[in-house]
Amino acid sequence: MFSHFDFDVIIRSLPYLFYQGITFTVLLTALATLGGIVLGTLLALMRLSGFALLTVPAAAYVNLMRSVPFVLMIFWFYFLVPYIGQWVTFSSRPMQVGAFASCLVTFTLFEAAFFCEIMRAGIQSISRGQVAAAQALGMTYPTVMGYIVLPQAFRNMVPVLLTQTIVLFQDTSLVYVISVTDFLGAASKVAQRDGRLVEMYLFAAVVYFVISLAASRVVGLLQRHIAIIR
Amino acid sequence: MSAMIEIADLSKWYGPTQVLKDCSAQVAKGEVVVVCGPSGSGKSTLIKCVNGLEPFQAGRISVDGISVGDPKTNLPKLRARIGMVFQHFELFPHLSVIRNLTLPQIKVLHRDADEAEEKGTRLLDRVGLAAYAGKFPGQLSGGQQQRVAIARALAMEPIAMLFDEPTSALDPEMIQEVLDVMVALARDGMTMIVVTHEMGFARKVAHRVVFMDQGEIVEDAPTADFFVKPHSGRAQLFLSKILQH
Amino acid sequence: MGTGWTLLTAAFAFIIALTFGSLIGVMRTTPFGFAVRIGDVYVELFRNIPLLVQMFLWYFVLPELVPRNFGNWLKQLPNASFYTAVVALGLYMSARIAEQVRAGVLSLPRGQRQAGLALGLTLTSELLNTIKNSAVALTIGLMELTARARAMQEYSFQVFEAFTAATVIYIAINIMVTFAMRIAERRMAVPGYLGFKPQPAGH
Repeated sequence: MFSHFDFDVIIRSLPYLFYQGITFTVLLTALATLGGIVLGTLLALMRLSGFALLTVPAAAYVNLMRSVPFVLMIFWFYFLVPYIGQWVTFSSRPMQVGAFASCLVTFTLFEAAFFCEIMRAGIQSISRGQVAAAQALGMTYPTVMGYIVLPQAFRNMVPVLLTQTIVLFQDTSLVYVISVTDFLGAASKVAQRDGRLVEMYLFAAVVYFVISLAASRVVGLLQRHIAIIR
Repeated sequence: MSAMIEIADLSKWYGPTQVLKDCSAQVAKGEVVVVCGPSGSGKSTLIKCVNGLEPFQAGRISVDGISVGDPKTNLPKLRARIGMVFQHFELFPHLSVIRNLTLPQIKVLHRDADEAEEKGTRLLDRVGLAAYAGKFPGQLSGGQQQRVAIARALAMEPIAMLFDEPTSALDPEMIQEVLDVMVALARDGMTMIVVTHEMGFARKVAHRVVFMDQGEIVEDAPTADFFVKPHSGRAQLFLSKILQH
Repeated sequence: MGTGWTLLTAAFAFIIALTFGSLIGVMRTTPFGFAVRIGDVYVELFRNIPLLVQMFLWYFVLPELVPRNFGNWLKQLPNASFYTAVVALGLYMSARIAEQVRAGVLSLPRGQRQAGLALGLTLTSELLNTIKNSAVALTIGLMELTARARAMQEYSFQVFEAFTAATVIYIAINIMVTFAMRIAERRMAVPGYLGFKPQPAGH
């Protein structure tokens, strides 16, 4: 088998793979992470607020996102986002959304649920004594949160958040099911066009592997450096 | 002269359990009161009610004339005027020692940064830790952390200080350095309520000793009286156990 | 019908996952450096490659890599996608289970029974994850059913209905399994045992 291994096809298609494919994947990962963290923080604060009006919808949302398989969500949103866009902007026709936008919405909403849980765990891990001490000094709730609780919580959370980002990076491959050209999609197209399945898929696997592995090693290093001296 | 801190008929329940039963006490300006008693007697709970960290269902507490239980009271503002020192120090580990002192001043008292820093440095010097300003709490020993905690509370220029078992979490050799700071504070005329087992401290600077058991204030007497001839049997029992060390 | 396939896939995959996972997990806690390294490599390999890519590897690449005759036989298998899905899913999950087992064993005093108990504690989340991830396999099958339609416009309304049904079923299964597992966990709870938190990250 290996005597027929066509390295050339990999090299020839590198520009395409990297400009089209990897850019899509990396961009999606980065933006969805950002959006997911923002939305996730909001959800976490809602869940921690103690007001039923806020905790119940937030909890329902999070549980829903965590129980439905991701691929199904991808399909749903691909169909629904144009209609949601129409509803939100009061236009008369379904909004035309590009594949990227649709994926971005899907991923952000989905990951927000996971980020929310990570935040919640992080915030709750800060001892009550810290809150008590801050309050005893006369700090108001926003100040306590902003200067005492969240800074500590984030330092603890960052490794887990980054790990979740790596998972997100791998999950971007699932957009294959709606024929979107991310890295895997690009590799697939080349594979089918040139009839070189083995090389392309192995290459794709290697790339994902290397990036994910490197990233998790970096997270490990980071974890050791930002740990608060206790 | 009205008392600095007044507690009247204070009662508190955790669900169905009553943890404080009709407690009444007064602390005058400049007085040092030690609260002691077996564990579970409610002494920590009592002291946490004074600055509103714990809510209570019946009775009144007022500090410098301001009612703690009144919903209209601006609690953060009141708390800023009452200093509190905790059993587990509770310094903010992600901030440097000096920042622990300046942040509350800046955020709560709205002092400017230079003034806060200058005051913070002076207080660190007062507790003997000026050299540690740039360090982080995790790098300090327990005794040092507690002294910083006291400085942090003092930076707010409180009218009274509450101490919740300040030395209970310390190794024996570090207890004295913290007590020394507290003694100096008392001699400077600070109004203090101290929950503690350290009877030596009580005998040295306390004006009164309050003994609690099972949520009630059983005895409230001047220091000398308390140690020489406690009235209640429970107090006698407690003292005999404590003083054996 | 889809449900049946899903559950079947999940069930078989789970069995594979448990078997291999426990084995690898325990391997990594042994004092033999060699075993630990193999275990580490195994886990890293399966955790750093997306599940979908792994499935592609098993389905498309494996038949090409093995001796010709075996490869041809593989390609002719009916329900080939089912088998590859099960294997891929099973091994992927086994890596995760290996992690949990290793963490569980390390946090407890030594003993075989403890390893078993640690496994019990993480069963809920892993089972749920397996079911969810089987959806990936299902979707591949679905795509094959719709004759590899590249243009999304070709997805008829029937497909949409199928998705709705599938979503509802997944949620229902999720609730039932969570409920059942919670009861099981309570029965298996060891008094005084400090539970260790399964990772909130990932799915």
